[in-house]
Amino acid sequence: MPKDHGIGASSKRREDVRFLTGTGNYTDDINVHGQLYVHFLRSDVAHGRINKVDTAAASEMPGVVRVFTGADFEGVGSIPCGWQVTDRFGEVMQEPPHPVLAQGKVRHVGDPIAAVVAESLSQARDAAEAIEFDIDELPAVVDMKEALKDGAPKVHDDLKNNLCYDWGFVEENREAVDKAIKEAAHVTTLELVNNRLVANPMEPRVAVGDYNRANDESTLYTTSQNPHVIRLLMGAFVLGIPEHKLRVIAPDVGGGFGTKIFHYAEEAFCTFAARQLARPVKWTSTRSEAFMSDAHGRDHVTKIELALDKDNNFTALRTDTYANMGAYLSTFAPSVPTWLHGTLMAGNYKTPLIYVNVKAVFTNTVPVDAYRGAGRPEATFQLERVVDKAARELGVDPIALRRQNFISEFPYATPVAVEYDTGDYTATMDKLEEIADIAGFAARRKESEAKGKLRGLGVNCYIEACGIAPSNLVGQLGARAGLYESATVRVNATGSISVMTGSHSHGQGHETAFPQVVAEMLGIPEDQIDIVHGDTARTPMGMGTYGSRSLAVGGSAMVRATEKIINKAKKIASHLMEASEADIELKDGQFTVAGTDKSVAWGDVTLAAYVPHNYPLEDIEPGLEETAFYDPSNFTYPSGAYACEVELDPDTGKVTVERFSAADDFGNIINPMIVSGQVHGGIAQGVGQALMENCVYDENGQLLSASYMDYAMPRADDVPFYSVDHSCVTPCTHNPLGVKGCGEAGAIGSPPAVINAVVDALQSGGHDVTHIDMPASPSRVWAAMNG
Amino acid sequence: MYNFDIVRPSSVADAVAALGEEDAQALGGGQTLIPTLKQRLASPAKLVSLAGIAEMKGVCTGDDGVLCIGGGTTHGTVAAEATAYPALAALAGNIGDPAVRNRGTIGGSLANNDPSACYPSAALASGATIVTNTREIAADDFFEGMFTTALNEGEIICEVRFPVPEKANYQKFEQPASRFALVGVFVAKYADGVRVAVTGASNDGVFRWTEAEAALSSNFSSSALDGMSVSSDDMIADMHGSAAYRAHLVGVMTKRAVAAAG
Ligand SMILES: Cc1cc2nc3c(=O)[nH]c(=O)nc-3n(C[C@H](O)[C@H](O)[C@H](O)COP(=O)(O)OP(=O)(O)OC[C@H]3O[C@@H](n4cnc5c(N)ncnc54)[C@H](O)[C@@H]3O)c2cc1C
Repeated sequence: MPKDHGIGASSKRREDVRFLTGTGNYTDDINVHGQLYVHFLRSDVAHGRINKVDTAAASEMPGVVRVFTGADFEGVGSIPCGWQVTDRFGEVMQEPPHPVLAQGKVRHVGDPIAAVVAESLSQARDAAEAIEFDIDELPAVVDMKEALKDGAPKVHDDLKNNLCYDWGFVEENREAVDKAIKEAAHVTTLELVNNRLVANPMEPRVAVGDYNRANDESTLYTTSQNPHVIRLLMGAFVLGIPEHKLRVIAPDVGGGFGTKIFHYAEEAFCTFAARQLARPVKWTSTRSEAFMSDAHGRDHVTKIELALDKDNNFTALRTDTYANMGAYLSTFAPSVPTWLHGTLMAGNYKTPLIYVNVKAVFTNTVPVDAYRGAGRPEATFQLERVVDKAARELGVDPIALRRQNFISEFPYATPVAVEYDTGDYTATMDKLEEIADIAGFAARRKESEAKGKLRGLGVNCYIEACGIAPSNLVGQLGARAGLYESATVRVNATGSISVMTGSHSHGQGHETAFPQVVAEMLGIPEDQIDIVHGDTARTPMGMGTYGSRSLAVGGSAMVRATEKIINKAKKIASHLMEASEADIELKDGQFTVAGTDKSVAWGDVTLAAYVPHNYPLEDIEPGLEETAFYDPSNFTYPSGAYACEVELDPDTGKVTVERFSAADDFGNIINPMIVSGQVHGGIAQGVGQALMENCVYDENGQLLSASYMDYAMPRADDVPFYSVDHSCVTPCTHNPLGVKGCGEAGAIGSPPAVINAVVDALQSGGHDVTHIDMPASPSRVWAAMNG
Repeated sequence: MYNFDIVRPSSVADAVAALGEEDAQALGGGQTLIPTLKQRLASPAKLVSLAGIAEMKGVCTGDDGVLCIGGGTTHGTVAAEATAYPALAALAGNIGDPAVRNRGTIGGSLANNDPSACYPSAALASGATIVTNTREIAADDFFEGMFTTALNEGEIICEVRFPVPEKANYQKFEQPASRFALVGVFVAKYADGVRVAVTGASNDGVFRWTEAEAALSSNFSSSALDGMSVSSDDMIADMHGSAAYRAHLVGVMTKRAVAAAG
C-alpha cells in the first residue's frame, strides 16, 4: 500500500488550488497605494557610445514624475557579481562594472538607457519616445572566437580584452592528459555547440519598490527565487541600505528555471526610485523585454576529446570550451562554466585523467547565467555525445561501452575534485532497459520504416551535483556567499506549526512536500503544518532555491530544527508525565513513557509550552520554536539513465519524440508525484533545447529570436507521454533525509538522449552524419541529410 | 499601444463611412492588428470594428454551388460550418489556437496577406472571388506580394466566394515557433483543371505553381510531380529554413496534398 501521508506519500500539491483557481498572489498582483510606473528605454543597438541623452522634453510630458539616466546612478554601486573565478595562471577574472542604467556605452540590445517614471504606464511609454538620445553605433562582437581576436572591438573599454578568464581544471592534470591522449589506442573528437536559451518562465519578471519615510524602510516586491540574496546584494553592494531597513518579498513565483536567481538592475532601480520619489514604483516586464533583459542560459562552444585504450576503457578526457558571459557578469555567471561544469566532467565513468579548459568571453549580448541545470547540462551533453560517438566509431554497443566504464565503487573521488558518496549506475541502466523496452526497439524501428520513417534510439547517463556546498569550500572556489540553508519551526500553542524556510518555491511544491517531512517526524497531520517563505522579514537568512538544493539543504535545516523541537517537547512531556526524559517516545502525535500506558498528546505538550502553569520553568524556557542552519558537508549526486526514441521524416527532416524514458536515482523520495512532475518538466525543457529552442543573434548583435514568433517553445504535443521511474535508490549518506534533489535532472539528462537518437536515426538511413547541433530543427536535419 | 477611438458600426455602409475619416483603420478579429498596436508599430486614430456587422458573417452555399463566406466570419466558424468544402474547413481549423480562431477572420487574414498565412493559398488555389464594398476581385488579381493586396484605402472585404472543387487538400508544414506555414500548399482539382497555390515560401507572398498545375491537370497523382521542383531563387531564407529547404518542401507538401486529396 502506498502511504497516504508523510514521507513517501503522493500528497496532492496544496498550492495548486490557488494557482489553478486564479487566487495566487504573484508580484504583478501587488499594487501599492500611490504607485508609479516605470518604463525603461532600452538600447536597440548592440554596442554604442552614448553621446547624449536629453530628457528635457520627456520630463514635460503628461504624468511624468521623473526621468532617470545613468548619470543619476553615479554614486550608486554596480550590480555585483557573486562569484570570482581565478584563472589558470592564478589571476582573478576580469570583472567589469554593471551600472543600473547605462553609463557611457550601451553593450547589448535591451541595455537600459533611461527610465521614465510616470503616473501611468502608457504615460511613461509615451514620454520614453520623447527622450532624445544620440548614440554612435560601434561594431559589435557576437561570436566568441572573433571576440578574442586581437583588435576585436572591446565590450568594456577599461578591460584588457574580452576574455573574462581562461580557466584550467585540474591545471596539474594538463600535461598528463595531453600525453594520455597522444598515446591512446583511439581518440574520439567532437566539436559542438550548446545552444543559447531563453528561460521563459510563464510569469515575466516584476519589481515593485516601496519606501516608508516614517521609518526609513524600503520594501522590494520581486519575482525572485532567493529574496535574502537579493536583499544582501542590492542592499550592501548597490544601494547601501542596511538589512534592517530593507525588506525583500517574493510572493508566489511563476517559474524561474534559474533566471530569477539573479539580482537585476530593474530591482535596484525600483527600490532606488521609490526612495528618491517617496512613492512606490512598479515595473512589469513585457514578454518582449524578457527576451532582451532576463539572463539567458547555456551558450557554450566546445571541443571534446575522449581517449580509450585498446579494450575500450576510457583513459583520458580533454575539453576546450568557450562560454559566453554576455555583456555583463550576471550574479552567478562565472561559476556556471567552471565549478558547475568542470567538476561534472567525469560523469558516471572512471576516466582517470581529465582536463577542462574554459574561456569565458564578453560579447555584446544579454548576460548569460544559470538556467535549469547550469553547467551540468553542458557537461553531460558533451560527455554523453562523445561517448556515443566513440561507440559508433568503434562499432560497439553504446550501452555496453557505458556499462564497461561505469564507476562502481563508492565513495568515489573523481579526477575533477569531487567525491560521489553513493550511486548505482548499473541499477539505473538495468531499470532503463526495462522501462524503455530497449529489447523491443528493433521491432519498432521496422514499423517506422514501413511508414517511410527513420527511427533512432538514443541512450545516455548523467550525473549531477546538487546542493552545492560546503560553504567553506565554495568560498575557496570564489563564491562570495555561503551556501547553507535555514529553517525556523514555530510550534503554536494548539500544536499547529509554521515552518519559516530560507528556501523558496517557484513552482516546485515546497508547501506540500516540506510539511510531509515534519508531519512524518512528529506524527501529526500534514494540514497542521504550513510553510512560510519568500519574505526576508518573516524567514531566517537563507540562500533560496536553485541547483536542486531546497530539500537536500533547506529540508535538512528543517529536519534539524524539528529535531530540536522534539527534544524540547520530550522534556516538557517528561515533566507532564513525571517520567525520565530518556524513556519518552513520540509516535503518531502521542508522547508515551516506555513500558507504561502513560501518554500525553502533542497538543497537550505544545499548550504547556505556551501556558506554562505546570512547567519546569527553572529548567527550560517556555515556548516551542527552534531555528537551525544547515551547511552540508558535500554535494549530493543524483544520477540516472535516459532513453529517447525519435521518428524522423526523411522528406522534411522533422523529428518527433515517440518515447522517452527516465530511470533516476534521487535517493530517498518525499513525494513521488512531485518528483515525477519535476522530471516531466525537465524533460520537456531538454527536448525543447534539443529540437526547438534557439536564441539567435545576427552578426550585428540584433536579437533575431526576440518573441514566440521565432523562439520555439515546446508545447504539449511536442512531447510524448513519458515513462519515468525513481525506484532505484541509493540514499545520500551525508544529509539527514538521504535525499539528493530532482529539480534539474530532466533538463540535464535529456538533450544528449534526443541527439543520440537523431544521429542513430540518420545513420540507420545511411546518412553519414556523426553529429548534429541543437536544436535539431527540421531544416537542420534536412541540411544534414542533404549535406 | 497608443490611444485611439473605436466605433462599432452595424452595417457595411456605416463602416465605410467611418473608414473615410483620417487615420481610420478596419479592425477584424484583431489577431494581427492588436499585437501590432501593442508594440506601437501602428497608430491609427480610429479603429472601425467590423465584428458587429451581421451582413459580413456566416457561411452559405449559393445556387451556383459556390461557397460564400462573410468577410467577418471567424476561422472557428469556417472550420465548423464550411462542410461543403472540407479542405477549407480543415485549413481554418488548423490556424493558430482556439483563441485565435474564435476571433480572427477570413477578411482580416486575406487583407493582411501575411506571406506565411494559410487562407491566401486557399483563395488563390480555389480561384476565389473577393467581394468588397465596391467591387469583385479575382484571387489572381488580389495578392500583390507580401502584406500587399489590391484593396484600396478604406475598402472592406465583405465576402469571399469559393467555387467548390472536386478534390482538394491543404498541407501545412509548420514553422516550429509560430506554427504559421513555413511552407503551405493548397491543391484544388476542378473539372477544368488543377490549381496549386503555395504560401510561406516566397519573398513575393502566395503564388501559383503553374508547372505542377499543368502536370496535375493531365494526371492527378503525386507521381506526376516526380522530378519537378520550384526554383529557390525567390524563396524566403531565415533562421527556420534556407531558400533551398523551402523550395524542397514545396515539392514534398504538394505531393502530400495530392495524395491526401485522393
Ligand atoms: C497566435 C497566433 C497564431 C496564428 N496562427 C496563424 C496560422 O497558423 N495561420 C494563419 O493563416 N494565420 C495565423 N494567425 C493570424 C490570424 O489568422 C489572424 O486572425 C489574421 O491574420 C488576421 O485576421 P483578423 O480578423 O484578426 O484581422 P485584424 O488583426 O483585425 O486585422 C488585420 C488587418 O486586416 C485589416 N482588415 C481586417 N478585416 C478586414 C476586412 N474585412 N476587410 C479589409 N481589411 C480588413 C485590418 O485593418 C488590418 O490591417 C495567427 C495569429 C496569432 C495571434
